[in-house]
Amino acid sequence: MNHKNETPEQRKYLAKRHAASRRFRWYGIMGLGIALMTLFFLLGTMVLKGYSSFFQTQIQLTVSFDKTVIDPLGDQSAESLARGDYRAILGNALKRVFPEIKSRDDRRQLSKILSDGASFQLQDLLVSHPEWVSTSQTVWLIASDNVDMWVKKVVDHDLPESQRRISDLQAKWLAFLETNNQLRLRFNAMFFTSGDSRNPEMAGILGAMKGSALTLLITFLVSFPLGVASAVYLEEFAAKGRWADFIEVNINNLAAVPSIVFGLLGLALYLNLMHLPRSAPLVGGLTLAMMTLPTLVIATRASLKSVPDPIRDGARALGASPLQVVLHHVLPLAAPGMLTGTIISMARALGETAPLLMIGMVAFIMDIPGGVLDPSTVLPVQIFLWADSPERAFLEKTSGATLILLAFLITMNALAVYIRNRVERRW
Amino acid sequence: MVGKNVNYSFETMHLEASKSITPPRVKMEAKGVDVYYGDKQALEKVDLPVPLNRVTALIGPSGCGKSTFLKCLNRMNDTVVGCRVTGSITLDEEDIHSPTVDVVQLRARVGMVFQKPNPFPKSIYDNIAYGPRIHGMTRDRTELDQIVEESLARAGLWNEVKERLQEPGTSLSGGQQQRLCIARAIAVNPEVVLMDEPCSALDPIATARIEELIDELCNKYTIIIVTHSMQQAARVSHYTGFFHMGELVEYDHTEAIFTNPQQERTKGYVTGRFG
Ligand SMILES: Nc1ncnc2c1ncn2[C@@H]1O[C@H](COP(=O)(O)OP(=O)(O)O)[C@@H](O)[C@H]1O
Ligand SMILES: [Mg+2]
Repeated sequence: MNHKNETPEQRKYLAKRHAASRRFRWYGIMGLGIALMTLFFLLGTMVLKGYSSFFQTQIQLTVSFDKTVIDPLGDQSAESLARGDYRAILGNALKRVFPEIKSRDDRRQLSKILSDGASFQLQDLLVSHPEWVSTSQTVWLIASDNVDMWVKKVVDHDLPESQRRISDLQAKWLAFLETNNQLRLRFNAMFFTSGDSRNPEMAGILGAMKGSALTLLITFLVSFPLGVASAVYLEEFAAKGRWADFIEVNINNLAAVPSIVFGLLGLALYLNLMHLPRSAPLVGGLTLAMMTLPTLVIATRASLKSVPDPIRDGARALGASPLQVVLHHVLPLAAPGMLTGTIISMARALGETAPLLMIGMVAFIMDIPGGVLDPSTVLPVQIFLWADSPERAFLEKTSGATLILLAFLITMNALAVYIRNRVERRW
Repeated sequence: MVGKNVNYSFETMHLEASKSITPPRVKMEAKGVDVYYGDKQALEKVDLPVPLNRVTALIGPSGCGKSTFLKCLNRMNDTVVGCRVTGSITLDEEDIHSPTVDVVQLRARVGMVFQKPNPFPKSIYDNIAYGPRIHGMTRDRTELDQIVEESLARAGLWNEVKERLQEPGTSLSGGQQQRLCIARAIAVNPEVVLMDEPCSALDPIATARIEELIDELCNKYTIIIVTHSMQQAARVSHYTGFFHMGELVEYDHTEAIFTNPQQERTKGYVTGRFG
């Protein structure tokens, strides 16, 4: 291998160059390794902490729907059923399981193993099964958050009684229910079908998901057409010159503005000036649209720029008007890039919290928003709210909601990558 | 000074006599054309007639303004930032800069083929059909099919691609792509076809093919071809203009330019002493 004219200096220099590139490779691999480890650590803890939020502890009781108690008006109307005393019914049902418990204090403790939501559950069941009035039925009811935490062993069972929220007595009852097969962990449908709640076991993310969807819809509807139109105008029609440069610099500056500033702008513009409703997806969407617009314009311009000029010249030389050149040739070729740019900016908007805090989307809202004017929250803000709650059970909800948000983000980014790879450039 | 350099007289040309009895009409004519890119002057006082149904070659060292001149003829310079064209350019005696001339219409009459083949990333069929479609030249699909076939046939490409009209135009070889671009240009039935070094990106065989094609096409179209190859100019053209440093140094029958140039600079260039 030794070259005839190779001097020892040259050989040494060559070895040095190889060593340098090997070193460089190692730096790269190390950096990548650290990044991947961080990612796995993050995902791992989220999954470990969050997966339990997709399950829920339920308790089986045989409930007798005494007509005089649950149907005070006696006509089985929704109004009458709403006035029923379901707590009393639940109390009786529990009494039947634990007849030996007599003292008022123990009774209160016993009733606390069920969620406050159990009464609503009974009421809902009755509305959908009116024939149950005056009968006895065996039903599964939600346990309280403390029971849930106990059953999921999130709290240490060996802690001294004074340091846990489940008393020895309650623990004994739960053990009894378990041996009787009256206690189970089931998929937590409620988490996906209800809005926020003060009671962790009843809190769901549907409200936040719908709020996010509506907000994102507004963001997209506003920023996509505006962004594409501005980018096409700037890139394909506007005269290049000092003004174009000025505008370009300013768009780049806008893209670098911290998102909270857009929140302040949204607050001043949409709430104080235009008096749009607080906490509404409409305002959130408009605010996020302002934030997304510069990035979208930049991404779109980049993909327009990547369309080679000879394509434009070819069309122009055939007599295509400037608009035809753009519509028939440039936009179809730029579309994949524009789409990826849009999806990525939408993903960014989906994860955005700070500007939404400024326009009041941080309020506690139980109802699921029906439209863009209803008060609502969004996924990242919901996470923020739960993370801020003192109840232990909100911890797993926080991680669960984070997992769902991450799932959405990863899906969107994967879609962007898929589109980018799928629609290969054919020129 | 330019006026006396340009020495053309269609009547006395034996090449012409062999081709047709009547002297060719002037199809396009540039008079006193100056072109500036910003403050920089790229062309100075260019006077050049383009005879009907003949091939006119523009030669000269690179950067002398050949492409610039060609782009003036279909106003492709309009979109170039800072480019300013003065003087008169006529097509059938009508000034192409006059307000009555629509640039879209002008480009349908004066087609262009570029140095690097630039087929659209669409099917072969759609490449050809694009021009007729945007100009509303056909009433139905059969008419369009016919134009596509005719144009491809005239560009000598039909037999090679008739089985694969739906494949992307970019899947063709370089030479085929360039013929596709020629077919695309003639599909709108132009009167003049401008070609800017159409063979410079092609191998010798593909080049020979295109040269043959130019020879056939000039019966129907007026062709202006920019080339850096003097052999090519000698092979395909009837008239040749020699550009140098933004001036049209000499314009004459091709044979005269190559055998008996009047200007020292022309002589130097065609004998390969500079350029
Ligand atoms: N778009 C442009 N902007 C500025 N200068 C240009 C532009 N196009 C061409 N030029 C200049 O004009 C002169 C002639 O260019 P061109 O017509 O392309 O020469 P040729 O085709 O003969 O090689 C060159 O000096 C070139 O630098
Ligand atoms: Mg050129």
